[in-house]
Amino acid sequence: MDGRGPEGGEGIPPTDIRDPSYFHKVVDCQWACPAHTPVPEYIRLIAAGRYSDAYMVNWKSNVFPGILGRTCDRPCEPACRRGRVEAEPVAICRLKRVAADYKDDIRHLLPEIPAAKNGKRVALVGAGPAALTVARDLMPLGYHCVLFDRDSRAGGMIRSQIPRFRLPEEVIDEEVGYITGMGVELRLGKSVDSLAGLLAEGFDAVFVGTGAPRGKELDLPGRREAAANIHIGIDWLSSVSFGHVDRIGKRVIVLGGGNTAMDCCRSARRLGGEDVKVIVRSGFEEMKASPWEKEDAMHEGIPILNFLVPKEFTHEGGRLTGVTFEKVAAKYDEKGRRSLVPTGEPDQHVPCDDVLVAVGQENAFPWIEAETGVEFDRWGLPRLDPATFQATNPKVFFGGDSAFGPKNIIWAVAHGHEAAISIDRFCRGEDVSQRPPPDFGLSSQKMGIHEWSYDNDISVDLRFRVPWAESEKTLRNIAVEVELGFDPKTAFAEAQRCLNCDVQTVFTTQLCIECDACADICPVDCITFTANGTEADLRGRLNAPAPNPTQALYVSEFLKTGRVMVKDEDVCLHCGLCAERCPTGAWDMQKFLLEMSHAGHACRSH
Amino acid sequence: MTYLAKPRFHHPKLPTNALGYTRRDYEGAVSTLCAGCGHDSISAAIIQACFELDLPPHRIAKLSGIGCSSKTPTYFLGASHGFNSVHGRMPSVLTGANLANRELVYLGVSGDGDSASIGLGQFAHSIRRGVNMLYIVENNGVYGLTKGQFSATADRGSTSKRGVANHDQPIDLVTMAIMLGASFVARSFSGDKAQLVPLIKAAIRHQGAAFIDCISPCVAFNNHPGSTKSFDFVRAHNEAVNRLDVMVEREPIVADYAPGEVVDVMQHDGTVLRLRKLDAQYHPTDKRAAVAYLQERDAAGEVVTGLLYVDPEATDLHANLDTVATPLNALDDAALVPGQAALDKVNASLR
Ligand SMILES: Cc1cc2nc3c(=O)[nH]c(=O)nc-3n(C[C@H](O)[C@H](O)[C@H](O)COP(=O)(O)OP(=O)(O)OC[C@H]3O[C@@H](n4cnc5c(N)ncnc54)[C@H](O)[C@@H]3O)c2cc1C
Ligand SMILES: Cc1ncc(C[n+]2csc(CCOP(=O)(O)OP(=O)(O)O)c2C)c(N)n1
Ligand code: SF4
Ligand code: SF4
Ligand code: SF4
Ligand SMILES: [Mg+2]
Repeated sequence: MDGRGPEGGEGIPPTDIRDPSYFHKVVDCQWACPAHTPVPEYIRLIAAGRYSDAYMVNWKSNVFPGILGRTCDRPCEPACRRGRVEAEPVAICRLKRVAADYKDDIRHLLPEIPAAKNGKRVALVGAGPAALTVARDLMPLGYHCVLFDRDSRAGGMIRSQIPRFRLPEEVIDEEVGYITGMGVELRLGKSVDSLAGLLAEGFDAVFVGTGAPRGKELDLPGRREAAANIHIGIDWLSSVSFGHVDRIGKRVIVLGGGNTAMDCCRSARRLGGEDVKVIVRSGFEEMKASPWEKEDAMHEGIPILNFLVPKEFTHEGGRLTGVTFEKVAAKYDEKGRRSLVPTGEPDQHVPCDDVLVAVGQENAFPWIEAETGVEFDRWGLPRLDPATFQATNPKVFFGGDSAFGPKNIIWAVAHGHEAAISIDRFCRGEDVSQRPPPDFGLSSQKMGIHEWSYDNDISVDLRFRVPWAESEKTLRNIAVEVELGFDPKTAFAEAQRCLNCDVQTVFTTQLCIECDACADICPVDCITFTANGTEADLRGRLNAPAPNPTQALYVSEFLKTGRVMVKDEDVCLHCGLCAERCPTGAWDMQKFLLEMSHAGHACRSH
Repeated sequence: MTYLAKPRFHHPKLPTNALGYTRRDYEGAVSTLCAGCGHDSISAAIIQACFELDLPPHRIAKLSGIGCSSKTPTYFLGASHGFNSVHGRMPSVLTGANLANRELVYLGVSGDGDSASIGLGQFAHSIRRGVNMLYIVENNGVYGLTKGQFSATADRGSTSKRGVANHDQPIDLVTMAIMLGASFVARSFSGDKAQLVPLIKAAIRHQGAAFIDCISPCVAFNNHPGSTKSFDFVRAHNEAVNRLDVMVEREPIVADYAPGEVVDVMQHDGTVLRLRKLDAQYHPTDKRAAVAYLQERDAAGEVVTGLLYVDPEATDLHANLDTVATPLNALDDAALVPGQAALDKVNASLR
């Protein structure tokens, strides 16, 4: 004994690794992905050159790998463990694109659509990613899906808003086509004006995926007079996407600091805007746009001016002449809340020919009548069960931006999967609140004494940059894609940066002889053998401090000496050296594969 | 063993020492020993001790003989000097190196076969000469490298992995070292770094012959129920006489001890060895009492660990021989080759 013993009943109970959420959380990227895409699984397939398989792993989870591989908001990347081990996370998103770029024809891998339908008809309103996901999940089950959209082509904002230089049309056609090609009945080019009418058509369920289609106004003096040259950002972008607008003035001001503003300014730059500026009320740091979108805009010579609050549109003879701004500064009160206070400096007038207003989006449901029983809250959002997406009329389900306000594609997909489960259960007369558990398995990766079926050698490469097309080319034509994607060699090297966080360190207390070999070899000091204690106490006295409370401590049962094994999951490299050094096999590296349950027979509870 | 090099990435909060190095900077090549070998834990303890002592790696020399234990210097202190001698001959090579350059820190790393069998004479003489070194024996009771034959430290009656009993009387290197005049003697266990690391630190700072007998289970050949050098046996019979904290001058003394008598021993270089007594009767500065105690507990079947003997007034070989303070490689030609006149003078003095 080393003098320390168990502290009675005090301390953390042994970790329950049979609970799938324990190891799921260790796979930071998958946990952070709203659709819980098995990221390391597809990254390994890319490294193995199995692009089609990598694509299908994605397609199952997130439905639009080629689209998302270019446009995803990538919540997985800030969560990625690699970013805590060195400077930057794995380029997860751009690897997804690699799978899409280099795959073979995958049509034969798509699910079969039964010829005999199940007799249930589902209306999908809005042909955005949420509704398309519902169709994707329900069509293979034999549902008859009818897709409505006022636009003449399916895709929602993926098609109408995201500019072509970020997302080529062929990619949209291909991935939307996989779903519409399942035999979805399309009723495009016409608004749905009445939910009551739709319900009267006898649909068994209605899914509302109409997004947040209304751009916010900026009601300032001069707005009406200069209206011809003041455009609502998302309306203008969709006019550009559909080819109704192909020109803008030389001097353009974009008002707003979100991703829509970034798409507006970069589009304007390609349609004749020579002097394009983004002007925001807040500070540069607080802008809503993703850091990479801001970088991309600035890279194209678009300055971002901050702390300027628009006061007035100036005009002359019915023509816009510019915008006047009040200069402000950020002040923080004791509670850390920020307010913008005028600096007292003279107002600044910025001359321009056109203004693009990109200050936010709103939901609008003028077509949903009160008589349908669908209720809304005081922010105008539908009252929904947050887990099932069912509205106050049990036949009606929501998802995507229409459910909880504007988010992004991957959230729309995640909602779509959940709504499809609900619709399927509802149509079968099952309890909608009963959710099917995810499917998961753990399998040892051991092949020999020092051989694993994954590559456990840790690459020390820094994140690779995606090459860009020359800006002389891309700025001249809005349809030329800026990013070129990784070539296969770079893709392999980037894939090797992934730490395989799904290959879990699994500990068997009974086998451990407390030889310390694992604690000695661990390159990042994850493992400690010590007396048990409370979590706060343990976090302070492990071999390396464990100050990240979002990352679990893996605690064993009591060992022979009365101590416990405590592993801080935070910066584990999943290198497997602990398991290689363990003389008794108390550590094993086991692949944890979790797949979300989607609508369908396999996951039904009976 | 592992085929992969240990990844370069380290914990983002890994501390640095006074020289700006992390503990990882004191590592060596990845070990080729059997997974779970006690020797690897001792390597980790040496790494930790040198890191904590802020030792510049290039001022350390590690010397060894032959055996799994003697291979370990490859696996720590990759930036230090190393010499892998022939079997049992580490002590004389170390003595020679120390005589030539007394400014390096000397680590003699050996095994129970290397030191208690073929090298017993060398062991004895380097200790009795008071060579300023840390001599550490990684004691597993077997010849690990040659597949597990009993070594001279295997206890009588203990069995081999195949069940054959050992009939010979074991050599107790600790008692021998005390009797032979080692001025710092400890026993420890590879499975208890909390005890081992401070002992290594104290032994390195000790100016004289320091010896540590570190029991180190051989997972491949000597970690079975009939062994007295197994993890389970040592854990069950370990009697630690004290707990040590080493305080080098610049460190503030933080006292957080469980109740019990505390003794401070100041070493020549100013290091304070703070001993928390676990056994009130044990006085590590009393040589005769120490030997008597060790024999008594040994008879009772206990494995006594801790700092067993220390002479705070220790001297070393250089002091005894009154050698020149400057390393030979720093003396100029005139000093190294004093010429005929000087030789004549020496010869004359011997007539
Ligand atoms: C400029 C811009 C850029 C964006 N860039 C990205 C990006 O890079 N990455 C990302 O992840 N997200 C991005 N988004 C957000 C993303 O487009 C949306 O979050 C996502 O498309 C929402 O999907 P959805 O299925 O909820 O609905 P939407 O995609 O909004 O689709 C709703 C569809 O419903 C139709 N509709 C609405 N009302 C009716 C009606 N009454 N009758 C018939 N049809 C109707 C609309 O025409 C539309 O086609 C961007 C948004 C904008 C505005
Ligand atoms: C002169 C000579 N005799 C014998 C050997 C064979 N031999 C190699 S290692 C070894 C014993 C090593 O035992 P120990 O020092 O306890 O090291 P361990 O492997 O147990 O750590 C022997 C006898 C040798 N290499 N050289
Ligand atoms: S290193 Fe790989 S598995 Fe781990 S979080 Fe990042 S992408 Fe996911
Ligand atoms: S896999 Fe094992 S050795 Fe590697 S970093 Fe994780 S805990 Fe440490
Ligand atoms: S290496 Fe294996 S036996 Fe040794 S302490 Fe670690 S888990 Fe236990
Ligand atoms: Mg040996």
